Amino acid sequence: MKFFDFFSKQSSSSAPKARERLQVLLAHERSSVGQSDLVVRLREEILAVIGKHVKIDRDKVTVKMDRGEKVSTLEIDVEIPLSAKLRAA
Amino acid sequence: MAKIIVVTSGKGGVGKTTSTAALGAALAQRNEKTVVVDFDVGLRNLDLVMGAERRVVYDLVNVIQGDAKLPQALIRDKRLETLHLLPASQTRDKDNLTAEGVKRVMDELRKSFDWIICDSPAGIERGATLAMRHADIAVVVTNPEVSSVRDSDRIIGLLDAKTAKAERGERVEKHLLLTRYDANRAERGDMLKVDDVLEILSIPLLGIIPESMDVLRASNLGAPVTLADSRSAPALAYLDAARRLAGETVPITIPGERRGLFGKIFGRRAA
Ligand SMILES: Nc1ncnc2c1ncn2[C@@H]1O[C@H](COP(=O)(O)OP(=O)(O)OP(=O)(O)O)[C@@H](O)[C@H]1O
Ligand SMILES: [Mg+2]
Repeated sequence: MKFFDFFSKQSSSSAPKARERLQVLLAHERSSVGQSDLVVRLREEILAVIGKHVKIDRDKVTVKMDRGEKVSTLEIDVEIPLSAKLRAA
Repeated sequence: MAKIIVVTSGKGGVGKTTSTAALGAALAQRNEKTVVVDFDVGLRNLDLVMGAERRVVYDLVNVIQGDAKLPQALIRDKRLETLHLLPASQTRDKDNLTAEGVKRVMDELRKSFDWIICDSPAGIERGATLAMRHADIAVVVTNPEVSSVRDSDRIIGLLDAKTAKAERGERVEKHLLLTRYDANRAERGDMLKVDDVLEILSIPLLGIIPESMDVLRASNLGAPVTLADSRSAPALAYLDAARRLAGETVPITIPGERRGLFGKIFGRRAA
């Protein structure tokens, strides 16, 4: 039976994964025509708001995104120097 | 010193993106800092083949237009920390790539990577010429069939004329990567022979990648084939090709002929 297992496993294991990856990706891409991707919009607006209060050094900003099936995450890491904080206060 | 490689072909669908991911991962596995750059603006796919599609934040066009700094756009591979991806934009078109912008990005990448591998779009238009523009080395991906060989010949002409190196009177190092090679069809004589392709294109052979289900499986999973199953036939062929790119001398084996006499006798009986 090992012989059979070998084939059934090889032929059926990767396609469901491909299907799932595509579903998640396309759900995000279809909604993102014209830059209306919510995560992208949030990213830009959040950065703009921070930029209103402190001068952001673009080198000191890390943005990470992970588009999931049920939830997406947006992680923005901004280094705010002490001098900028004082100015904003 | 940093080397820029362009993976190019003229003809579409011959295996450029597959090869970019596989060679990139193979070089990164040698512990050399590697970035794969998607030049297929508007039709990006390298992110999918690398399995990074959910994590794209910024892309090449964002960096060129100044919306993001280069380090912010680079995505680090989850499996190999020496491997990075610079994705293409999916929503803009190729006109957003400027010659100066591409040069700036390439110069900056040279400072922090050992290998910069550019996945060219098909065709001979702007996207393809910008992808090859700063290359030191070209990997010409060719399938053993007439239209692919003809398009590769055209691309070789462009590499000798339209690259920064060519304009400085230097030469881009060119290598032929024969992909989707089908040993059964070769045996039946229905496919151009390796020697025929080499004679026609007359550039040195980097490797022969067999036609294989393992490539499809790897792309389903979102992993370069050299990482998905490093002992599969295409992975071994790509790993050898990467060693040759890095300057090692590795004898070339023609897929299907590895099995030798024993395989030939018993392979035939089984067939
Ligand atoms: N050695 C191989 N064996 C089997 N299938 C392969 C092989 N190499 C590539 N393919 C398949 O061929 C198709 C095209 O491959 P790929 O996307 O890498 O080509 P490309 O040259 O980048 O295409 P394009 O010109 O559209 O960018 C894909 O479905 C890929 O899985
Ligand atoms: Mg491609």
